[in-house]
Amino acid sequence: MRGILAALIAVAGVIGATPSSRAHAFLDHASPAVGSSVPASPPAVALWFTQDLEPAFSGVMVTNEAGQRVDLGNAQISQGSPAELQVGLKPLPPGTYLVSWHVVSVDTHPTEGTFTFEIKP
Amino acid sequence: MLSVPYNGRAQLALAAALMVTQIDNALAHGFAGERFFPATILTDDPFVADEMSLPQVSLNPPGPDGSQQTDIQIDLSKRITPDTDITISNEWRRLRAPGVTSVGGLGPLQTGAQYQLFVDGPHQALGLLGLNVTWGHTGRATVGAPDFTTLSPTFDFGKGFGDIPRSLTFLRPFAVTGNLGFDFPTQATTAGVPNPNNFNYGFAFEYSFPYIECCVKDIGLRPPFSQLIPLVEVAFTTPISRAPANQTTGKIQPGIIWAGPYFQIGAEAIIPANRGTGHGYGGVVQFHVYLDDLFPRSIGKPISEWW
Repeated sequence: MRGILAALIAVAGVIGATPSSRAHAFLDHASPAVGSSVPASPPAVALWFTQDLEPAFSGVMVTNEAGQRVDLGNAQISQGSPAELQVGLKPLPPGTYLVSWHVVSVDTHPTEGTFTFEIKP
Repeated sequence: MLSVPYNGRAQLALAAALMVTQIDNALAHGFAGERFFPATILTDDPFVADEMSLPQVSLNPPGPDGSQQTDIQIDLSKRITPDTDITISNEWRRLRAPGVTSVGGLGPLQTGAQYQLFVDGPHQALGLLGLNVTWGHTGRATVGAPDFTTLSPTFDFGKGFGDIPRSLTFLRPFAVTGNLGFDFPTQATTAGVPNPNNFNYGFAFEYSFPYIECCVKDIGLRPPFSQLIPLVEVAFTTPISRAPANQTTGKIQPGIIWAGPYFQIGAEAIIPANRGTGHGYGGVVQFHVYLDDLFPRSIGKPISEWW
């Protein structure tokens, strides 16, 4: 049994030592935060992922409760922060907004997700 | 800054690029839309995959006769095409019985072929058809390996509840996966003892912390806690021929899975579902590797995309 545990630890060590710029990209955190309420219209939505992203295949859009797009259509990935995706917003009235993102990590794996945030009256 | 215009032209470019690049749009290892389904331990997964369990170690509860079995199992799943895979598994067993010297040896070789019937991203639903084969004469009889081959067609499914109204905030991380299948032994009896046809059914009820953080509400969980998926698995076998129908056996396995970018680790208690299954408690731990994430441009791809 000790041999098995040692082998497990060794395998985990090898895997853990592989470069971190691979594997599926999961949303790490966002601004405005997932499911949060904010007091005023934010200038942009920013998303930080667990892996670096392929710019050509990654995007984000924001819609209001009527399904109308309220982002500026200028989704961007920072060259200095290749795991960060952001898009500008129009000035928004109070309400609930849906953020829909789809990204491809640099190892070609796609992931997607949605979340809402609220602008308080 | 690199501009990524989100418009029709970009979508067209994306569609074209998807056709000519190596983007893994088969959503390997358990994605349906924004839902990630981990590989479960007791029940089969409803998705084709490039994955490997190395190993899974089980200390089973004592059986009705007091015997207790320890298993060390290895599983491998390999995609042939984006929608099909083959599986192979085997285990080393150690069987201890009261008053008898313990015995060890290999269990039967098990193989399978699976087809991804559907992946419905918006509804976080998965369906898979499979045919598993437990091969006779491939293990040691004294540890229970059969002298006959058994064919086991299965239907596996998964459903995440992220598509229910967003007002039901903390129900949305729930998901369930399940298996429905049969065992058809190719030999009716062994030494006068009937080999019944069986109906197998099992479910895994999952509550995904990663889903809370990505898609419901940022409650401040950070790794490793944001990567945990508590779950309860149940699986039952009911004979449907050549044996009394009331001989249902089953297991209940509550536990937790930690899912990282390259591998997952799971641990579950094993509780017999009834006296016919056994008594007491056992446990299982699993180290499970995502080959498609570790080797995305080589053996982690479907074989059909190797050339």
